[in-house]
Amino acid sequence: MTAPSYTRADFQTDQEVRWCPGCGDYTILASVQQFLAGLGRPREEFVFVSGIGCASRFPYYMNTYGMHSIHGRAPAIASGIVSTNPNLSVWVITGDGDALSIGGNHLIHALRRNVNMKILLFNNQIYGLTKGQYSPTSEAGKTTKSSPHGSIDYPFNPVSLAIGAEATFVARTLDMDRNHTQSLLQAAYEHEGSAFIEIYQNCNVFNDKAFIQLTGKEERVSNRIDLEEGKPIVFDQGAKAVVLRDGQATIVDSSTVDPGAILVHDSTRPDPAMAFALSRLSHGPYGPTPLGIFRNVSRPTYESQLNAQVEAAREKRGEGDLAALIASQGTWTVKDPSSNGG
Amino acid sequence: MADEIATAEPSTTTTTETLDKVVIRFAGDSGDGMQVAGSRFTDASALFGNDLATLPSFPAEIRAPAGTLPGVSSFQVQIADFDILTAGDEPDCLVAMNPAALKKNLKDLRQGGTLLININAFDERNLAKAGYESNPIEDGTLESFRVIEVPMDELTQEAVKNTGVSGRSVLRSKNFFALGLLAWLFHRPTEPTIEWARKKFARTPEVAEANVAAFQAGYTFGEATEAAKITFEVKPAALQPGTYTNINGNTALAWALIAASQLSGLPLFYGSYPITPASDILHELARHKHFGVRTFQAEDEIAGVGSAIGAAFAGSLAVTGSSGPGIALKSEAISMAFMMELPLIVVNVQRAGPSTGMPTKPEQSDLLFSLYGRHGESPIPVLAIASPSDAFDLTIEAARIAIKYMTPVLLLSDNQVANGSEPWMLPDVSSLAPIEVEFAKHPNGRNGTFLPYMRDIDTFARPWALPGTPGLEHRIGGLEKEAITGNVSYDPANHQLMTDSRAWKVANIVNDIPDLEVAGDEDADILVLGWGSTFGSIRAAARRVRLEGGKVATLHLRHLNPMPQNLGDLLHRYEKILIPELNTGQLRKVIRAEYLVDAKGLNKIAGEPFKISEITEKIVEMTK
Repeated sequence: MTAPSYTRADFQTDQEVRWCPGCGDYTILASVQQFLAGLGRPREEFVFVSGIGCASRFPYYMNTYGMHSIHGRAPAIASGIVSTNPNLSVWVITGDGDALSIGGNHLIHALRRNVNMKILLFNNQIYGLTKGQYSPTSEAGKTTKSSPHGSIDYPFNPVSLAIGAEATFVARTLDMDRNHTQSLLQAAYEHEGSAFIEIYQNCNVFNDKAFIQLTGKEERVSNRIDLEEGKPIVFDQGAKAVVLRDGQATIVDSSTVDPGAILVHDSTRPDPAMAFALSRLSHGPYGPTPLGIFRNVSRPTYESQLNAQVEAAREKRGEGDLAALIASQGTWTVKDPSSNGG
Repeated sequence: MADEIATAEPSTTTTTETLDKVVIRFAGDSGDGMQVAGSRFTDASALFGNDLATLPSFPAEIRAPAGTLPGVSSFQVQIADFDILTAGDEPDCLVAMNPAALKKNLKDLRQGGTLLININAFDERNLAKAGYESNPIEDGTLESFRVIEVPMDELTQEAVKNTGVSGRSVLRSKNFFALGLLAWLFHRPTEPTIEWARKKFARTPEVAEANVAAFQAGYTFGEATEAAKITFEVKPAALQPGTYTNINGNTALAWALIAASQLSGLPLFYGSYPITPASDILHELARHKHFGVRTFQAEDEIAGVGSAIGAAFAGSLAVTGSSGPGIALKSEAISMAFMMELPLIVVNVQRAGPSTGMPTKPEQSDLLFSLYGRHGESPIPVLAIASPSDAFDLTIEAARIAIKYMTPVLLLSDNQVANGSEPWMLPDVSSLAPIEVEFAKHPNGRNGTFLPYMRDIDTFARPWALPGTPGLEHRIGGLEKEAITGNVSYDPANHQLMTDSRAWKVANIVNDIPDLEVAGDEDADILVLGWGSTFGSIRAAARRVRLEGGKVATLHLRHLNPMPQNLGDLLHRYEKILIPELNTGQLRKVIRAEYLVDAKGLNKIAGEPFKISEITEKIVEMTK
């Protein structure tokens, strides 16, 4: 069977896309559709599962199998899908409120189990669908409708959280950079197990320009730290570099250090400490911030182990025999008194 | 009484009384192995051919402080030469391993009943822990019982001294000593227990031999002692010919899920978070992976049901199980499964509530919650298991309804069904009806489109199209959907139509469930209506009323939503209706509302089942 030949249009549905004009979600949708079309994998093998929030409308616009579920629960639902049919390519679409607030528990457990699902977290640092309250990634002090005197919640760093949750693949990208997004989608797709991608996504209605330090024409030059596998971590046209100092990743002027002291990026280190250190270079997109793959390691997936246990049990005990099962706790027989004479 | 026995004439012959039934309760500290002793006695009785029913009672604490009242664990079994329905009201024989066990259980022992006491445990310290100011063995408290005093610690130590066990392990065998003594007292076969001990403790042969030695010592003590010259015999019951096993409700339910998986050809997925008293279903299923069972111990209750919903979407026979507090957490997801119209079984092994309540105690207080405890208009089918063995049949029924009608189904059990046991005549598995599953394979709309909410003309169920099926890509979700296409819709008329369609689909199941049949005296003035685990108590009470010349009809509901079609007709035939429930009157409220009959309640919220006498007295009072 030849691989199907698709264009982006094959992954579009007849449903009108209803995000606000100018929303970053449009760009991400286009990136994902284009990426899937390029894979040449039968469309029916993809399942998109989402929770609640602006981002979570995503499955309605994907001409694949899909489920728009309950707030925060998509990773749990996806776990059931993957456990039942490991041959599917299962994607979770979530937002900062969905994944990190109401669904925080499911996110961390899906990651530690390494269930084969690709989690795309659209982080706009605000609650959009409920019209503008602060989210678990909003900066401290943020003034919103629900925090008129400034938010007193300390924000999560989603990449740090995912690494702390024993994730095997953790990455960060930007909605506007479609090439970068698609290269990370490809890497996540190829990864066996759960993959977590934080996508900085602009909400032009409630939190416009939150990522300006990374998207602005001038700002991005000095703030965007591209993590490239096997290469020294430098940015700002080579003027700045990342070194390890006092046990933490630190930004220095390149001219002040021996080139050999500059960290060379290796996302495959079994120990997560370096990936975590890199994630601490920023606590929000307010200055120099790393983008790319922080961590990419191999560990058996949940579903492969689940199925291996089923297979091992069958090999050892044979296919289940229901009659034997119900007689397995010991039985006794009551004879027909008329047939044995009494 | 103790004195009386001590001064009784030495007797060389043993008198045997033949009884038609006897109720025995083993009570001791939660570390004394009373559940094991009770289960072994039960199995030996089952193999002997008695009918029986059991009811364990244990603290929620794993090891409450030794010797205290909260630490008492007990196991009650009734054995009979006829078909009995409950574990009995009052024990005829009580085994008390320590003062706390005596204190907690003596009030239930029948006057003149037999009391086996481990006198070694009745020291000052244990008496004080149990709150006894003087020793009940000596102060006349036990005068109205037949007391057999046994230095059980000493005799067990003596019996096991050459078996190789030492230290604290020595006294662990004393439950087997008690069991041996009861085996003698009630003419039980000894081989099954000895065989069981050797098999169970095969990896620690010294423990196996210590238990066997203690068991035999208990038996010999009975033969030799002068204190116990009356023994009791309960002849085998004339049960329906067949092969039987002794089963509790949790195990029967787990096996039925496996059976339903085989009957439907769907792989079984069980997503669950550990909770008393439902965890044993998870444990049992996890042992049977060779049936293709996939168990998922979720991070919380919501993930338990969420994973099951995902599994249903992907084509599993999907199940989640919990107890009341966990079902509350799953409520939002159950509404979504109803909205998405996916097959799902939700098991609620009820406990005494509210909140954490009394996790190991039975209660039927989640009925209204099951019927109405969801947001929005979401009526889902509700079934309630009547007895441990009924769990097998009704669980398969739940799977059949869920799959045929593409709907979540709530299956109610409770602690009495889940942990109580009774003989179950094994079904011929080849005679179990297959559960038909028809996955959508082809587009059902014009121009090759797939319409996920195009309903079946008979069942009103929507098609089940699995991810991976070419050409049937579609999206489902919690938002209201347009009829037929399943697209998101806020159209007012459509919401009315979809709400009505979903409700009608569930209501229509009434045509697919059997009519109820009245048991007992159809021409009685009074009808006793029950649901769930009160089945045995109600039937036994009705039987007792009849023995005393009264007339009473009974009905039992296993389908709570929809209720059987002929229920209304039947209710209106009786002048008086009594509804005994282990709650404050939840079914009564529904029956009064739906059928406009003046039903009366008998309600108990004590964390324990009805005594047969409580129901009998109420029936007599109402028919005076």
